[in-house]
Amino acid sequence: MLAVKNLKKAFGPLLAVRGVSFEAGKGEVLGFLGPNGAGKTTTMRMITGFLPPTSGTAVINGYDIGESPRAAKKQIGYLPENAPVYGEMIVGNYLAFIAEIRGFTGLARNKKVDETIETCRLDKVKHQGIGTLSKGYRQRVCFAQALLHDPPVLIMDEPTDGLDPNQKHLVRTMIREMAARKTIVISTHILEEVEALCTRTIIICNGAIVANNSPAELKAKSRLHGAIEAVFRSLNQDILGKIKRLSSAAEVTADGNTVTVLPRDAAMLFREMTDLSRANPDWAITGLRTLEGRLDDVFRELTGGR
Amino acid sequence: MDFIRNTKAIARRELVSYFESPVAYVFMVVFLILLGFMTFFISHFYEIGQADLRPFFFWHPWLFLILVPAAAMRLWAEERRSGTIETLLTLPVSMTEAILGKFLAAWIFIGLIIALTFPIVLTAAYLGNPDKGAIIGGYLGSFLLAGTYLAIGMMTSAFTRNQVISFVLALMICLFLLLAGWPPVTDLLVKWAPDWLVNGVAALSFMPHYEAFQKGVIDSRDIAYYLSVMAFMLFGTYIVLENRRSA
Repeated sequence: MLAVKNLKKAFGPLLAVRGVSFEAGKGEVLGFLGPNGAGKTTTMRMITGFLPPTSGTAVINGYDIGESPRAAKKQIGYLPENAPVYGEMIVGNYLAFIAEIRGFTGLARNKKVDETIETCRLDKVKHQGIGTLSKGYRQRVCFAQALLHDPPVLIMDEPTDGLDPNQKHLVRTMIREMAARKTIVISTHILEEVEALCTRTIIICNGAIVANNSPAELKAKSRLHGAIEAVFRSLNQDILGKIKRLSSAAEVTADGNTVTVLPRDAAMLFREMTDLSRANPDWAITGLRTLEGRLDDVFRELTGGR
Repeated sequence: MDFIRNTKAIARRELVSYFESPVAYVFMVVFLILLGFMTFFISHFYEIGQADLRPFFFWHPWLFLILVPAAAMRLWAEERRSGTIETLLTLPVSMTEAILGKFLAAWIFIGLIIALTFPIVLTAAYLGNPDKGAIIGGYLGSFLLAGTYLAIGMMTSAFTRNQVISFVLALMICLFLLLAGWPPVTDLLVKWAPDWLVNGVAALSFMPHYEAFQKGVIDSRDIAYYLSVMAFMLFGTYIVLENRRSA
């Protein structure tokens, strides 16, 4: 359970985060979206207690990060941006250090380290220096560091940044595996990741929240939501004209043999388009589908970068 | 409970870091070779013909001037440069634990290097009958002096993410405090500064305290002097790091 209450951060005259509030419960995977420099990292740093906020606070499982930082930090696992880990250390020794700080000693410590190494698929590199590892492995070491004490709240700043598709898939699988038991916040600017992982999306722009919805709701805000895309064997002006005359069509664009119809009324458009195609079998329609809308359109619209 | 465990864990990690990179071994070898060279070829330890370790201890403050800031420069500068400070300070540890842990690790590391000079004690004991009190005092003074340099290096390391800047700053501050009581420096002040300032600067100097130890005089005031300089510098580190965090 994570409650962020009106967090603000000023760097000198620059207001980097201007009043961010949200809540996230167990089982939620919150996608934190926003253009570079929107204040995602700063917000996460304040939630995890790395930066003291100018005003506002975050409450993690009932512990206020400003008032009882130690207790609050015990509830959090944090994967900072770029996965900073000690390059000169050996993976096993590094995780043993983390385990000790997290309160595991002796045999319990070794057991915890071995468990974490297994969950994060690090067994192959346990005895290797972190500095010699590939980016993907280093990311996983930092991931392991965040997971070791099985924290109820997991905060990850761009966890898949710079990974290859296989590694991304692995990280996502790991996140999905534990999503039900935890509150997870992920910042990213990869939109497919939000669709693949998140139950809710917060879009932040210039330090303020501009949207707080599920990915499906967000997509519904897209101009393309409910639009129909039809592919013809050979498209001509006659067909185009007929489609344009539909009362439910707002805008019709053609690209090669593909026609995209933006709706005035989505349900109506769907009916009219199917009727039209049934009435004209000679049109030879090879594909007809309703579009869900694209997150990146919504993202661009909300964050003002057209 | 948490305090001791966390400080210990951080200190152990820092020590492991020293020894998992080649840094530790380079430091040891260079320090021991230089110290041997200075003692035997510049101070003529053998030729003097006395079983007295003064020519040996004489060089410690000068060699520490290079060695200690070099060992201290990475403590915070490297954490900040590589970003690991973010992982460290979001663990459930306090700033005090982090500072003390790192300081103790570096101090133990330097202490270990100092301890590795033991063959010279054996040599002196074999050749003659050296004053044990002076040897114990000398080592204690040397260890405390190293700790003081270290605390200074730790603070300059917190100033910057550039290790070279940290090194040079620490070296300058240490050099100043080392020379502050020496006539060439005090003479510069005597000409214009009031007496209390001249005496004040001279009293800050490491040297008089260090020399007392070498004579085998273990005075609680000298110990208190070193410990208070260390405490002051560590507190300075705390202030600098807290400021950096909220900036």
